Amino acid sequence: MSFFTKQGGSSSSKATGTANPRQVPWVEKYRPQSLDDVSSQDHAVEVLKRTVLCSNLPHMLFYGPPGTGKTSTILALANQLFGPDLAKSRVLELNASDERGISIVREKIKNFARAAVSNPTAAQRAKYPCPPYKLIILDEADSMTQDAQSALRRTMETYSRITRFCLICNYVTRIIDPLASRCSKFRFKPLETGNAFVRLQEICKAEGVRYEDGVIESVLLAADGDLRKAITLLQSAAKLHGSTADDEIVKEDNVMEVDDEASKTVTVRSIEEISGRVPDSVINSLVQAAIPTPRISENFSTLQKAVENVILDGWSAMQLVLQIHDTLVFSDDFDGRAKNMIVAAISETDKRLLDGSDEHITVLDLLVKVSGILRKSN
Amino acid sequence: MSLWVDKHRPKSLDALSYHSDLSTRLSSLASSGDFPHLLVYGPSGAGKKTRIVATLKELYGPGVNKIKIDSRVFVTPSNRKLEFNVVSSVYHMEITPSDMGNNDRIIIQELLKEVAQTQQIDLSARQRFKVVVINEADFLTRDAQAALRRTMEKYSPNLRLILLANSTSNIIAPIRSRTLLVRVAAPTHEDIAKILSSVAKKEKVSLPSSLADRIAVESGRNLRRALLTLESLYSQNDLLSPDTPIPTPDWEIVVSSIADDLIKEHSAPALLKIRAKFYDLLSHCIPANAILKTLLFRLLPKVDAELQSEVVYWAAFYEHRIHTGSKVIFHLEAFSAKFMRIFEM
Ligand SMILES: Nc1ncnc2c1ncn2[C@@H]1O[C@H](COP(=O)(O)OP(=O)(O)OP(=O)(O)O)[C@@H](O)[C@H]1O
Ligand SMILES: [Mg+2]
Repeated sequence: MSFFTKQGGSSSSKATGTANPRQVPWVEKYRPQSLDDVSSQDHAVEVLKRTVLCSNLPHMLFYGPPGTGKTSTILALANQLFGPDLAKSRVLELNASDERGISIVREKIKNFARAAVSNPTAAQRAKYPCPPYKLIILDEADSMTQDAQSALRRTMETYSRITRFCLICNYVTRIIDPLASRCSKFRFKPLETGNAFVRLQEICKAEGVRYEDGVIESVLLAADGDLRKAITLLQSAAKLHGSTADDEIVKEDNVMEVDDEASKTVTVRSIEEISGRVPDSVINSLVQAAIPTPRISENFSTLQKAVENVILDGWSAMQLVLQIHDTLVFSDDFDGRAKNMIVAAISETDKRLLDGSDEHITVLDLLVKVSGILRKSN
Repeated sequence: MSLWVDKHRPKSLDALSYHSDLSTRLSSLASSGDFPHLLVYGPSGAGKKTRIVATLKELYGPGVNKIKIDSRVFVTPSNRKLEFNVVSSVYHMEITPSDMGNNDRIIIQELLKEVAQTQQIDLSARQRFKVVVINEADFLTRDAQAALRRTMEKYSPNLRLILLANSTSNIIAPIRSRTLLVRVAAPTHEDIAKILSSVAKKEKVSLPSSLADRIAVESGRNLRRALLTLESLYSQNDLLSPDTPIPTPDWEIVVSSIADDLIKEHSAPALLKIRAKFYDLLSHCIPANAILKTLLFRLLPKVDAELQSEVVYWAAFYEHRIHTGSKVIFHLEAFSAKFMRIFEM
């Protein structure tokens, strides 16, 4: 028996054996099914809804940070335009996990783009607008090579009568200009707290999650506008506490179970623990160690020790730098000049970390610089 | 005969001795039925892998420990054949990017799709999904990471990923957004000393507690290193006493000698001599950034307070260049030259 043996070939959803059928991550379970379900992206959704009504779609470019609804929106739109059946012949979705080199652009994409538009059945036409074109979704397009993108240009133009493209990416600058300029651009913003709050509340209600005050706020703080991250955090926290309605049902036949209401409530503390955010006390102790005193040499060894501990405790350097930045820049204790120099040092640090520099040396270097800057500005 | 590090590796979550709150968390996730994708990060030797193997056992039972190695062949778009080893049990599979070099994207695309499209073969498996563990995930190329994104969403009914990394800085944001972050801190000195004592007891070795403490401190909170040290001390000494000396690894002795050279003499011939030592270290596969880092921490106690900041500055500067440049020796040498200069001034 091998790990790779195919069983029935496809990934049909037939649950096997004793496996739990409810194993859908909430992010998928609560993926918006229609444009109306998409929170917060009012502008994009507004415009797209109009295109559904008049059935005229431009080429589109969706861009924005992770977990803001780009993929969900286009899937919902495709569904609303064609319905699930017709979508099979009218929509081609390719993402970074598919081979998308130049040869694929020349063959697969081109062939799909130029193929005749299939006819909807009367039933399909009655339920969906079924506009007379196909839709090619290139998700995660920022990972396509420049060459592959260039090769797309012609295809996009040549078959624009019967095919629309939707490019999706995180960084709009990674899409070559000639492509970007052929598309209507839709910016997906990090989710506003208000809308995201409502969405999380709905999910908690649907799943029967019990939580104390402030939990949703702290989830949102940790997720920083990324709703996917927020939902994942929420689900994990709920599972840790066994605080969803599902868990209750499972436990019903276990009579011995002592029902401990309090322990089944998601707490702010547990969110903080799993969110990866560094506790304020840790950040403060680092910053404190960087504040210069007259005893330079003692100063240095304290700082060196503090950095070593934080690194060995495994905190992510990126996260540390982010929070150090916020603490220093929003503090009233330092003047503008010092802050300017600190921000410049942080910029360099960020770049180095991204290039793969050693986290220990890099964070130590940053704090030593900060210390030097503060010493001079006093 | 296996090493003590392997022989005494805890097999289940409740046997893990430190970070017990983390073990509890992993165990409730494993029993909850909807296990998320995980990104497990922390310093090396902190016990990430052990914890994950234990979690897998909690998920699937002892079957995950029946491991086999398959050799698989992949064909690149340019028709090159790649051979690649895959470690797997019936329930999970393990891959390591450094084994696949620059072709990691192709392998990931193929392998994960294949896994995702096959059902659990063991019909009585406790979970419907299979797990793919990716070691050293921070060494995946950007392309390979991008290839994971939609796969992680699309195939989530059949597939969970566990990414292991030393740090999250090199994991792209869209992947971080799709995983639950799990930090594994290095064990404290006390944690390590306790484990050393318990291993010693199982091996019927008498270990004075002050020696255990010293090994723990010397290890720099690296449990693997501490256990290896203990075993080698045991094999080299008839009796372990509170003042049994702990030997420094050879390569660190060389780095210390470079630090001494740098303090003593500042000339072109001296630099040449140091360069030879660098070459020697590199030829023994000591990574350049480890050399520079160790050198920095050997130099710092030897220089004045005023100079310390500057030394850190240049060490960080050249360490960065090691990653972005092409030949590491240049940057090691440049750091040495720079040090000689600022030390003279
Ligand atoms: N605007 C939104 N409204 C409702 N749910 C959302 C929204 N944005 C994200 N989500 C939730 O987050 C999940 C992921 O969203 P989606 O896949 O659309 O993100 P994305 O913008 O494509 O991210 P990436 O850039 O990482 O691919 C969805 O399944 C949904 O649960
Ligand atoms: Mg997406």
